[in-house]
Amino acid sequence: MTSPAIEISGLTKDYPVGFWRKRMRRSLDNLTLQVEEGEIFGFLGPNGAGKTTTLKLLMGLIYPTSGTARVRGRSIDDVAMHREIGYLPEQPYFYDYLTARELLDYFARIFGFSAKERGERIARFLERVGLADAAGIQLRKFSKGMLQRVGIAQAILHDPRIVFLDEPMSGLDPLGRREVRDIILDLKREGRTVFFSTHILSDAEMLCDRVAVLLNGKLQGVGAPGDIVSMELHGMEILFELGDGQALPRRFADRATVTGRRCRIEVPEAELYPVIEELRRCEARILSVSALRPTLEDYFFGLVGREKTASHGVEVNAR
Amino acid sequence: MSAMPGVVAINTFREAVRDRVLYNLIFFALLMIGAAILVGQISVGIERIVIINLGLSAISLFGLVMAIFIGVGLVYKEMERRTLYSLLSKPVKRWEFIVGKYAGLLLTLAVNTAFMTLGLVAALLYVSHHFQRSDGSIFIAIYFILLELALVTAFALFFSCFSSPMLSTLFTIGFYIAGVFANDIRNFGELAHKPALGAVTRGLYYILPNFHNFNSIAAAAHGDAIPLSLVGQNTLYAVLYVAVTLLASSAVFSGRNLK
Ligand SMILES: Nc1ncnc2c1ncn2[C@@H]1O[C@H](COP(=O)(O)OP(=O)(O)O)[C@@H](O)[C@H]1O
Ligand SMILES: [Mg+2]
Repeated sequence: MTSPAIEISGLTKDYPVGFWRKRMRRSLDNLTLQVEEGEIFGFLGPNGAGKTTTLKLLMGLIYPTSGTARVRGRSIDDVAMHREIGYLPEQPYFYDYLTARELLDYFARIFGFSAKERGERIARFLERVGLADAAGIQLRKFSKGMLQRVGIAQAILHDPRIVFLDEPMSGLDPLGRREVRDIILDLKREGRTVFFSTHILSDAEMLCDRVAVLLNGKLQGVGAPGDIVSMELHGMEILFELGDGQALPRRFADRATVTGRRCRIEVPEAELYPVIEELRRCEARILSVSALRPTLEDYFFGLVGREKTASHGVEVNAR
Repeated sequence: MSAMPGVVAINTFREAVRDRVLYNLIFFALLMIGAAILVGQISVGIERIVIINLGLSAISLFGLVMAIFIGVGLVYKEMERRTLYSLLSKPVKRWEFIVGKYAGLLLTLAVNTAFMTLGLVAALLYVSHHFQRSDGSIFIAIYFILLELALVTAFALFFSCFSSPMLSTLFTIGFYIAGVFANDIRNFGELAHKPALGAVTRGLYYILPNFHNFNSIAAAAHGDAIPLSLVGQNTLYAVLYVAVTLLASSAVFSGRNLK
């Protein structure tokens, strides 16, 4: 009878637009989605897709125009649900007159931890997000990356079963991104569910058990990163090196990329063996053969291109 | 009863202290020192009246300015800066947040008023070298000022749940002034001999807060006794009014989509 970690059905949010609030704009359109316990679930979409809107709806910060959602079997209206979850807002901002330690102490009090337990937890989690040395510094002096780290600490301070992270890697340097990835993987190892949004596909491809892709408020697909993009091969890529005095066979000339003696060609899967046979005949040294699969990036670009929303920025390979 | 409002209140108090809100006490101290020195030089026999009048008026004014200007930002600032996102994702109900913010500012006002009371007492001792029995009225007058501040804070908080600090300030000041003249508004309606107008002003009279009974500054200055029944009546009035206003604030705030 285990209920899914997150159960979203028909969630819709309209925002009024325009000065006189005459028109409504649909920012999230009939989202239905399930996330299972213990998953790392990536919520993908370019800027403005509706990811933050969805998370704010789940957190009860805004109310849906229609639709419902349940978290660990509890309706999102039920405040008890909030005991079991943690949330990192997008571009988090906290009481800047508090130090990192004071902020976490404030939040830990809400969960009713004893003074001893609070002290112990705060030290442990500041260490975990790499802020042990900044514990006594007022948050107004924190950089964006440091705020992001405090934000992660406050999201996991109370050992929540489900952690919601809105763009957790944003504002972090490469090292910070890796640390956050490690934290997310640790959370999964501890049996927790992680639901995080991102517009950076490589992060999702690396971490997620499953992803959902959102575009203009509409769900485009859900599945394992490998399923959501069709597994059908684009073709094969062959890297080879020509021997001394060898010329590139004529029939490859128009489709090979040549760098010095090194060549790269893409061939349809069916032609792989004949091509290799031919390369062997001309004594080329084969360096590698690999399958060309569409990546989530391709998928994204395909979607964005189809919807002709060139204005939506998609950040790729931001590492 | 939930412990949550208390946790929020302590943090609100801490914010006020860190924002150097209590620095207003320096001005109050300077005012009292200046007044005590001046009054000692120029007058005979009315030192007490002047100091008590001035001190209580200043306590009331300083408190009002604080209640209004901090009050209108209590909720608005947290919405605007999005500090509420992380807080409300925790098991904190919206009404608990409202009550906590309210209690935090009230605590700040109470501490501030306590320090000002000390200043007033010191100044009084300086000019007249003794206390009299009737000085008890001063503390009752200060208690009434605190009740008044409790009401004003509740309005400021209520308005700030749905309007900008600018508008909330105007609304709160408007409400306060209307409350001070509540009796006059009713009398005006009755003198006009127009039944419709009379009904409107009577309606207003019942909706608006009535601060008439909260001003005991003159009585305290002249050493008049303040009846205990008035203390009970004002307390009950303030508690009920604040409760209704907080209820309304919670209702409005609970329905809001955060920015
Ligand atoms: N408070 C708001 N008022 C009006 N429109 C909003 C508001 N918040 C978000 N939107 C709109 O909703 C859409 C989705 O935004 P958002 O959920 O922030 O996207 P994402 O997080 O995927 O970048 C955007 O078009 C945005 O302009
Ligand atoms: Mg977003």
